[in-house]
Amino acid sequence: MIKEDRVNISIAIKEGVKAAWPICLGYFPIGFAFGILAQKAGLHPLEIALMSILVFAGSSQFIAVSMLNSGAALFSILAATFMVNLRHILMSSSLAIYLRHTSRRFLSLFSYGVTDESFAVNLTKFREGHWHRYQGLMVNHVSNAAWIGSTIVGGYGGQFIPAGAFGLDYTLIAMFLCLLVFQLRGRYHIITAIVGCVSAILLSIMIPGNAYVVIASTLAATIGFALQRYARKRGTGR
Amino acid sequence: MIKIDYLLLVVGMGLVTYIPRWFPLFFLSRRQLPTWFIEWLDLIPAAILSALISHQLFTAGEPRQLEFFQPKLWVAIPTFLFALKTRSLVGTVLVGMLLFWLTGKFL
Repeated sequence: MIKEDRVNISIAIKEGVKAAWPICLGYFPIGFAFGILAQKAGLHPLEIALMSILVFAGSSQFIAVSMLNSGAALFSILAATFMVNLRHILMSSSLAIYLRHTSRRFLSLFSYGVTDESFAVNLTKFREGHWHRYQGLMVNHVSNAAWIGSTIVGGYGGQFIPAGAFGLDYTLIAMFLCLLVFQLRGRYHIITAIVGCVSAILLSIMIPGNAYVVIASTLAATIGFALQRYARKRGTGR
Repeated sequence: MIKIDYLLLVVGMGLVTYIPRWFPLFFLSRRQLPTWFIEWLDLIPAAILSALISHQLFTAGEPRQLEFFQPKLWVAIPTFLFALKTRSLVGTVLVGMLLFWLTGKFL
């Protein structure tokens, strides 16, 4: 058992890096941008590094820095951070199915690296099978390192990377588009995606902030699920 | 060097970010989940991915407004079709970047 895990670790590193590269590529421009913004808000690169290490969540870090800049209170920044990251509950729940019978230590370490991007890549890989949990952990940590590194570089003056260079800004959108295609595995997955798309657009216009992601995706999955159940009950399912 | 207020802030942020990531993994992975819940969770990735992408493609500005005429959306159409046809992650990312870069050059 232990031996098998050892063998897997060296493969895991390679495969993990291979799977994580689109994430890293996408993180660089965002990380630079965050570093620059944080530096302008008066944060030292060391402080930037500390936030990236402890929090590791792009959107909430941006929000925190802009709130810091406008002199917001500690509690309101924490509340905003919590709200923005609630969506990870759904992601970790989906991942839990593939991480049964793993040690508490591993789960605690793995959960540190659950982001929108690592979730999307790992879930796709776990579904395909042949994806060892250490490979998943590698994806988390490699993208984590890319994030921390790029925010620090940005903090030291990342202006040397012109905005919009090489289409880097589009990396994550393209990656999500492809991972979404992988998820469209049947009629009800497609319905769910369409409902998710439309409701997210409408909700994101109506509600400021990021809460729309949780509401829209819960709603979409529930509608897709209900339709699937209903169809199966009538004997016309799948 | 690092102020105690800032330390408090980032540690607090770390906690409220970590808990939603940790709680379901830690507890759900140890129990037998009911079938309906697994079926529901199976639809969650499609729901989250489309929710995460769609507002970036169809809205713009702050406060957000509907916006159908932006390069991000135009580029998404061939990129999506490419992904459907090839099912290649590497290819899709590269095609998306290239098209978006070209749109920036010529528009």
